[in-house]
Amino acid sequence: MEKDFDKKALTDMYKDKFLAPENEKRQVTAPDGSIIEIDPLDDYFCQERPKELKPRKGAVEKFLNWARAESLWVLGFGTGCGSIEIPPLVTPRFDMFRYGVQMRPTPRQSNVFIISGYLSVKTLKRAIRSYEQMPSPKYIMGLGSCTINGGMYWDSYNTINRLDHYLPVDVYVAGCMPRPEALLAGFAKLKELIKEGKGEKANEYARNFDWYKANQKKIIKDWNMPDFNW
Amino acid sequence: MDYTLTKFLWTLLGLFIVLNWGMLMSSTMRRIGARVAGRYGIPWYQPWIDLTKLYSMRSQLTHGTMFYIGPVFRLMGGVGMFLFMPMIFGSDLWSNYSFSGDLVLILYFQFFGMLGMALGASEGGQPYSAIGISRGLSQFTTVEVPMTLAVISIAIQYHTLSFTDIVAAQQGGFMHWTVMTNPFATAAAMLSLLGAFGHSPFNLVKAPNEIPIGPPTEYHGTFLGVLRTNGAILHVAEAAMFMNLFFGGAGSWFELIIKTFLIYFWSVFVGTVFPRFRIEQSVVWFLKWPTILGIIAIIIYM
Repeated sequence: MEKDFDKKALTDMYKDKFLAPENEKRQVTAPDGSIIEIDPLDDYFCQERPKELKPRKGAVEKFLNWARAESLWVLGFGTGCGSIEIPPLVTPRFDMFRYGVQMRPTPRQSNVFIISGYLSVKTLKRAIRSYEQMPSPKYIMGLGSCTINGGMYWDSYNTINRLDHYLPVDVYVAGCMPRPEALLAGFAKLKELIKEGKGEKANEYARNFDWYKANQKKIIKDWNMPDFNW
Repeated sequence: MDYTLTKFLWTLLGLFIVLNWGMLMSSTMRRIGARVAGRYGIPWYQPWIDLTKLYSMRSQLTHGTMFYIGPVFRLMGGVGMFLFMPMIFGSDLWSNYSFSGDLVLILYFQFFGMLGMALGASEGGQPYSAIGISRGLSQFTTVEVPMTLAVISIAIQYHTLSFTDIVAAQQGGFMHWTVMTNPFATAAAMLSLLGAFGHSPFNLVKAPNEIPIGPPTEYHGTFLGVLRTNGAILHVAEAAMFMNLFFGGAGSWFELIIKTFLIYFWSVFVGTVFPRFRIEQSVVWFLKWPTILGIIAIIIYM
């Protein structure tokens, strides 16, 4: 279902605000003396909007979903205080490897993004970029009450309150802070959802892309990156 | 059936066995590493699930032609090593496409994949890839020095550059193995193996918790799946190379599995004991003791 919002008002309001000086077109002298033109937005970034990618049908998709659920690769990106709850997962006491959960250092190779606690506006920008670089299907886990309603930071001047206004969330793990056991329970729930075929939030993000972008731009004042960065 | 076709099909079957054995071996080794750390570790079938998932990612992007070809080159390195290596001694069909000068070709294939990967990964434009490549190539160049010295020593010892002949010369009990008849070459090669397999202490190039994962930083989905497929094949092929050169080859698949497992385990064993070297440390290390051992091995057989 597509989300309703006043698209025009938002896009008008922030139309020319988002081009940072370093991303403007410029002329550069190459080492051999020739002058070349560089357009960072065109040269360094993809200009294509994310697309909805339809799942396959029937037993094939079920099997693939099973494989996706049993092989969750988590992006090593800690935000907020919850990131301290992730390292214990690789210790003998919790050992997330048993459940097919592994850490990956780069967004290109990850499927799961744990937003581990409060998300400051500055970090939100990086979170968006990392999320968009992850290949689909991808899942987001909101850890701690900060991602649900702001938690103890709900009236803070520089953190966001509701994560799902900015990025699509599959699973929330409530608590302040949730213990590693709760995280493992969250992984179990996420697996359940994926196996049922409900882990399609990447498609939802593509479908409501304008709504998400408008929300993101409303809160990120120094938007010095293109709208589509992967 | 036509002999050429039969041989081709058997080679494909061999590749299938080697691929699956490589994946089982890697998960077993990760489980062993986990037990050392007091964990249970991944399930033994995890590599297959990971591979299925990687091949079924929905969105993938490319940075250009070379980015596509990089993993294919890498896979060719592993498959090429397998294709020209006699796996089972005495079996014509399992000798794959080995010929009288295959030792040189296999040494080339060992490096071939890395060069292809360097070209492909650098087109990804990710700065960490470039750092990983420069680290990887400089380390692997020094890994090759003791390895090549050991191989030259063996070539002088047996007067041949053919794997089959080298294995044939080692038959008749373990006292005939190169490890007994040419211990210096074996020592040099087994130390260089630590670098070739890329476990700790020589895993700086691809360690996930260093600068993110080195050359394959930009690779995802099917690209990464191809790289992982190659990893499984390459590990068995390299272990089989060391088995053929130093440990008397294998007379059956069972023997091959035992020997490759133990050879691979040697690098894992060292890896669980020693922490990671920085790149300048590992480069110096390879050019010191393993190289000296390799030179001694050559001087003895001159």
